[in-house]
Amino acid sequence: MAVGTMPAKTRSVQRTKWLKLQVYRYVVFALAGIFFLVPLGAMFEFSTRGNAGQRTLEYWRSIPDYPDLTTAIIASLQLALITSLAMLVLLVPTMVWVRLKLPRLTRIVEFICLLPLTIPAIVLVVGLFPMYLWLGTNVSDSILTLAFAYVVLVLPYCYRTLHAGLGAIDVKTLSEAARSLGASWFDVMWRVIVPNISNAILNATLLSVALVLGEYTIANNLLYNNLQVELVHLGRDNAGVSIAVAAAALLFAFVLLIAITFVGSRRRRLHPESEGITGLGVGPVQGSAG
Amino acid sequence: MTTAGSPAVTTNVGRPFLGGRRFSLDWVGAVPFFVYVVIFLMLPSGIVAIGAFFDANNAFTLENFVHLNRSYVLKATIDTTIVSLITAVLGAIFGALLAYAIVTGNPDGVLRRMAVSASGVLAQFGGVTLAFAFIASIGPAGFVYLFAKSHGFDYYKDSLWLFEIPGLDLVYLYFQIPLMVLVFLPALDGIKPQWREATESLGGNSWHYWRHVAGPLLFPAFLGGVLLLFANSFSAYATVNALINQSQPMLAQQIAGALSSEVGAFEPGFAKAIAIEMIVIVTGVTILYTVLQRRTARWL
Repeated sequence: MAVGTMPAKTRSVQRTKWLKLQVYRYVVFALAGIFFLVPLGAMFEFSTRGNAGQRTLEYWRSIPDYPDLTTAIIASLQLALITSLAMLVLLVPTMVWVRLKLPRLTRIVEFICLLPLTIPAIVLVVGLFPMYLWLGTNVSDSILTLAFAYVVLVLPYCYRTLHAGLGAIDVKTLSEAARSLGASWFDVMWRVIVPNISNAILNATLLSVALVLGEYTIANNLLYNNLQVELVHLGRDNAGVSIAVAAAALLFAFVLLIAITFVGSRRRRLHPESEGITGLGVGPVQGSAG
Repeated sequence: MTTAGSPAVTTNVGRPFLGGRRFSLDWVGAVPFFVYVVIFLMLPSGIVAIGAFFDANNAFTLENFVHLNRSYVLKATIDTTIVSLITAVLGAIFGALLAYAIVTGNPDGVLRRMAVSASGVLAQFGGVTLAFAFIASIGPAGFVYLFAKSHGFDYYKDSLWLFEIPGLDLVYLYFQIPLMVLVFLPALDGIKPQWREATESLGGNSWHYWRHVAGPLLFPAFLGGVLLLFANSFSAYATVNALINQSQPMLAQQIAGALSSEVGAFEPGFAKAIAIEMIVIVTGVTILYTVLQRRTARWL
């Protein structure tokens, strides 16, 4: 008799447990949602606030009236472009070449590429400082020289992304096939490898752009006015405009990162083995916020 | 006809031998990469590591390290350690709770995928924008504060703590919690439901399960997360500099201060010594983290 009542009792115990768990989950998600979304939403609220409590786009509209700000925005966009290109030119051929011809170097290249994760940007700046003093007096004091340092900064993220992309294709067979059909090494790279890892290349580029647009530490301490440095300057005089620009830059970066997730998940469906192609949170997780 | 099928012919043609080994120029392809990282990664690291032991006249000295016991550097070191500890422990606890809420849902569900993507983005989200986001929300002109104040809760009555160290603790949690979610999710995924069933069939309740089974298994991963979060906030600079610019409470700001000629003396050697102090602490913590990660990997 007792045996017959047991399942019903355990079922109700299970049911209470399940309910408790669901309550816990939704409370946690609600609190996390508030903590993470309110500050982001507040930037838009703050930057659209009028004097008399009405909503206005005045701050957003007056962005072009600040010449220092527009100069800084243009400089940061140029830096993003140069950094991405330089990173691709440096990294893609090297990684392919190491896979094909120098497999013994795989570990050391990986180690070097991930090294910047363990060196805080503020420490790197101390070493870069005398180098940029020399660069400034002997070569060029253009803000665009920052791209040299930024390539190092984006190296770990781009390495992981490209590594995942190259891992999903058979580099050796593809290049041997192309070579045996008479292709030059340039053709192999440009017309065989690159089209096959186009998603990884796109992801690496978008990541670089997002990172460069958000960079503050190096530019500030090498005394260059990039977007973020200028935002801090401007924030002291006109918080509304600088928060509007920060919100705009953030939106831009979010669109880029959503594009990565979108491309990444589409690719994952095609190649299940290339999981985690975004480079964010792949391999040894490491934060570099702050 | 006689040469057909002889592999020796195809492999040896046109290849010069040097002492029986093929002399290869393949390494040339890797030269641009190595030259670049030597100049822009190794050289600056070397400048810090070696430069810390030299004074302005390029003479060997340990003076730079002696200066580390200046009262304001000691204070910055202690304050940075405390902030890192608080945000690491709180970030790890909240991150673990959030990760548990994520992991108990559908493993292929939209919610989980969104939460993981968002964590990936938010863990990298720091600096000026983050400081602005908190100023715009809970700052003295933010809508949260205005709302609270109009309802009789003036949380800045005693001090404007957002622009002091307590504010830093709160703001850092914004990227620490998502980072913990990313680190802790794989460990939670490794917990098998069979272990819980085994505990229950042996007569154990939820407390027994957490105290004797899941807890001990997850603890190394949790501790590892704390260490990673500690290193993460210890080396943060942009966020604090955008938030607190009147004083320089954090060690990273002291490095910047010693580099900058605006604030008193320009002391590049001293900046390098503080940088080495930071590297030693951060690297030590990161190595411990790696050890703990390996320990976790043994079971989960």
